[in-house]
Formats: sequence, structure tokens, C-alpha cells
Amino acid sequence: MAVIIAEKKTGRFLHRISGRRSRGLSQSRRYTRSKVGNFFYVCFLILLGLFSVVPLVYCVLTSFKPLDELMIFPPRFSVSRPTMQNYLALPGLLSNLRIPLSRYIFNSLFISAVTTILYVLISSMAAFVLSKSHVRGKKVMFLAVQYALLFTPFTLAIPQYLIFSYTRMIDTYFVYILPYLASTMGVFLMKQYMEGSIPDAILEAARIDGAGYFRMFWSIVLPMVKPCCMTLMLFGFRDVWSALPNGTIFNESLKTLPAVMSQITAGGIARSGSAMAVTVIMMIPPILVYLVSQSNVLESMNSAGIKE
Amino acid sequence: MKNITLGGKKERFRDNLQCYIMLAPFALLFLIFLVLPIIASFVLSFFEFDMVSTPRFTGFSHYFRMLFDDEVFLTTAKNTLIFAVITGPAGFLLSFVLAWFLNEFRPFTRTVLSFMFYCPALVGNAYYIWQVAFSNDSYGYINSLLLSMGFITEPLNWLRDAAYTMPIVIMVQLWMSMGVSFLANISGLQNIGQDMYEAGAIDGIRNRWQELWYITLPSMRHMLLFSAVIQISSAFSVSQLPIALAGYPSVSNSVDTIVSYLSDAGTVRYEMGYASAISVVLFLIMIVTRIVVGKLINKVGD
Repeated sequence: MAVIIAEKKTGRFLHRISGRRSRGLSQSRRYTRSKVGNFFYVCFLILLGLFSVVPLVYCVLTSFKPLDELMIFPPRFSVSRPTMQNYLALPGLLSNLRIPLSRYIFNSLFISAVTTILYVLISSMAAFVLSKSHVRGKKVMFLAVQYALLFTPFTLAIPQYLIFSYTRMIDTYFVYILPYLASTMGVFLMKQYMEGSIPDAILEAARIDGAGYFRMFWSIVLPMVKPCCMTLMLFGFRDVWSALPNGTIFNESLKTLPAVMSQITAGGIARSGSAMAVTVIMMIPPILVYLVSQSNVLESMNSAGIKE
Repeated sequence: MKNITLGGKKERFRDNLQCYIMLAPFALLFLIFLVLPIIASFVLSFFEFDMVSTPRFTGFSHYFRMLFDDEVFLTTAKNTLIFAVITGPAGFLLSFVLAWFLNEFRPFTRTVLSFMFYCPALVGNAYYIWQVAFSNDSYGYINSLLLSMGFITEPLNWLRDAAYTMPIVIMVQLWMSMGVSFLANISGLQNIGQDMYEAGAIDGIRNRWQELWYITLPSMRHMLLFSAVIQISSAFSVSQLPIALAGYPSVSNSVDTIVSYLSDAGTVRYEMGYASAISVVLFLIMIVTRIVVGKLINKVGD
């Protein structure tokens, strides 16, 4: 049975692929595709696609399972009597922390929103100067930015920890926000995008009309780089939303959802329903942001290459 | 942009001022949270420093201790290298190959499929699922599957057995590795002009492999370097994933990485000097890898 389904699917995919070829392209292009090759690559895609998505689907389904279905041996993939009880039990699980779940959710949303907005703004201002002005040292700076793409907050954990502790930023929201704003991915992507999408002629025309750099940035450049802004929004939000600071936040009322998640998931199989429920809650916002920004992201990433 | 400055001295001054003001927020943050930490690690690596007593100069002793006297460091370094050598190139190739395959589909199918592949990276901390899947009792999904099919007779302790932890962590890391570089590849591939392929077909390109080597890869060179940098950066900084799955320290340090070891040395044992020396070694390894990979990629399609 499974084989038949797989074959049907393959057939359909193959049809689509060859369909696109014959409509869109010349005869000579179709010549470069073999049937056997098509078959293998559709199989490969289906397998990998299942590997990517099945764990997530399983997580969503498990979060709706009542307790007795969680304890069934062997575990079932599907859920027969869906219930919201895992979600409703979440606030109660946290009662020993004396901080309501809503506070963690607020912290997460607040920090992610503030960081994302500042990240887009700061990165695009810097990228504009680096790509379209003639300030001194911009080449060196961009080279540094490009090499700094290598270093994540994880590799810089120790010296950043020292800086936080000397500036007394431990146990403040700054720990979440500031290091991320220094991440160079935003400036890098934005600068590459501006080089390709903003013609100098437009800026020169604005100059002749008397516009300064502030004016050019705000009324000409920013509206033109909206796709790239959406991209930075996605990456910024995704990273900050799932960040779990290491040793810099002790005050429970300043912690975010990933901290709750690691507490609940430490509870073992009896709490797996609730743990899955938290995971699902964590999954939703990044997915929403991606769905909103998706077409812009795929458009603007085109300029991301590193030229050496 | 050349010669954008028109007008006299006063306007030039205003322009420069505005440029510096716009650059300032990022430049300051970059200096404080990236450049300063790198310099500070380098300097501190020559000192004994616990954040309470005054730093004491110790020369290269931290580096000697690391290489000759610290078995745990050598184990974590070995783990990190194994990890990077497998997940780096595999993640890099997979993100390109998948994007290349997806490029053949219609826009709608492509959008849906790329969402599917991107999902594990997008949702961030979802690796908890694997903790349940590999949990040690018979309720763990993998255990129960193998038990009911008769491959094993009693549940295996996946995440507490040094033989399994490394392959599991590598698998989950690959599961999450279709991220930024995957999106960049998809986007880059869509923008190679169709006329290039048509010209190639006329010039005698016979199959998709020739097309890949002579047209696609050379057009994607810059994008490949970007994607390689992203993969290097994530492969060497892995620490949260093995800690979440196998704990820290994991069984006989089988999946502890340099980054998890240095945060332990720093934020738990307060051996800041030693932790800094480890960071410096890590930075050097990453930069050298980055330069070598850059050279290799520039040869692609020649």
C-alpha cells in the first residue's frame, strides 16, 4: 500500500517537474533532466521532509493527549481524545516559582519586540553609512563585520559575562537586548542588500534637492529596503525569542519562556504533555513571523553572498 | 557612491556628522560586545583571574595546562572537532543540495517544502522533542519502537551511554541546521538567470551534474562562502544542544564541547583567565577554518 502511494506521489511530482520544464523552457533545457535522477531526488526529498516535520507534528499531537494516552505502551503517534488539559495545567505547574506564567510570556514578547525593532533600525542605519557614504575606515569596519559573523554569543560568553558584571547589567533586561544588537548579521545582510538595490542616482538626485543623510535614510532608503528589514526582523525575533542567557539572569521575574521550558522539561515523562504544550507555545510566534515575512526573506537573501 | 558631497565646507561637515551619528550606535555596541571581548580574552588568557582578587600574570601557563595537563579540555576539543568536521560540511552540503532540489519545483510547492525544511531551525528550542524520543525507559519513542519490533529486549539508556550520545547530538544538530544558509541558498539559486542555463544547454551541457558544476556552482560562489561561514559559526559554538540532551557533564564527557567547558570554567568555577585562554584557542581555530574554507570555495567550478 505504502509503495503504491509513494509511487503515485512520485509520479505526480515528476509530472509537475517536467510540466514546468516544457512550459517554461526551451526544448534544449529539458534534455538535461533524466527520469532516474528525478525519481531519486523526489524520494530523497520526501524522506528528509518527513524527518524534518514528523517530530514537530508529533510534538503538537502529544500536547493534546490526555494523561492516560501519554502513558500508553507502546506510545501512539496519533491522539484519539484530544484535550486542552496540558495547556490548562501550565500555570499551576509554575506555582512554586511564585511568578505567574503571564509574566514570562510578557518578558519574552517585550524583549523580543524591543530587540527586533532596535536591531532593524541600528543595523540599517549602520549599513547605509557603510554602503553609501564616504566616511573613513568603512572598508576596514566592514571587513571586521564580515569576520565577526563567525562569533556567536556562545563563543563570546565569558568576556561578555565579565562586561555585564562590571557594568552591573546582570539581572536586567539589557543582558538579553544589548549583545544581540551587536550581532553583525543584520549590518552584513543589509549592506549587501543596499549595494544591490539602491541606485546611487536616486541618492544623488536627493542630494541636489538638498537632502542630508538623515533625510535620505529615512525617506528614501528605508522604504526601499523593506524586504531586507523583514528578513532582519525574522532572524532577530527568532534568535532572541529562543535565547536562554547563561548565568546572567537570576531574578525569576526577569526570566523568559525558554527558562520555563527548561524547568518543565526537566520533569520527565509524567510532565511530557505539559512540556510539549510549552514547546508548542514557543513554536507559534516564530512561525507566524516567518509566514508574514517569508516572501520578502527569500527575495532579499539573494544578495547575502560574501565577496572575496 | 562617489562625489556625493556637493557644496562647501559647512555641508561636508554636516554630512560627516550625520554619517557618524548613524554609525555610532552599532559601532559602539560592536566595540563593546564583540571587539572588546575578543581583546579582553586575549589579554586575560595570560593572567590568573577569579574576579575577586587582583589578576596575577602567569604567562603562557594556561596554554600549557590546556595542552598537557587537562584531559577534560582535550576531550572537549576532540568532541568539538569531530562535531564540527561532521556537522559543518554535512549541514553545508545538505543546505545547498536541498535548496538545489527545491529550485526545480513550482513556486508554491517550493514555498511549502522550504517551510517544512526550515521549520526545525525556525522553532528554536524544539529539540526537547528528541529528549522525549530518546528517553531511557520503555515510554521513550525510539525505545518502544525498537522493543515492539523486537530489535532490543530491554530499553536502552540512549542519552547516558557514551556510545550513543555523539551520534544522537549530531543527528539533532543536522535536523536543526537548515537555517539561514538554507534560505540564502534558495534565494540565490532562484536568481541565477534562466538564460545562463539555456546558453549552457546550447554549449553542450548534457545532464544536471554538468549544469551544477559549470553553471550553478560558479554563480553561487559568494553565497556558498556566506553559507559556509554560518555553518562554521554554528558548528563550533554548539553547547546548548548537548547540554539539553545529555546534561553537563555528559557521561564520560562524551559530548561536552569546548564552549560548554569554557562556560563551566568561567561562570561556575570563576577561572576567568583559563576560560579566556580556551576562548582564544577557539577563536583561532574558527578563523583559520574560515580562511581555509574561503580559499577552497574560490576554487569551486574552476
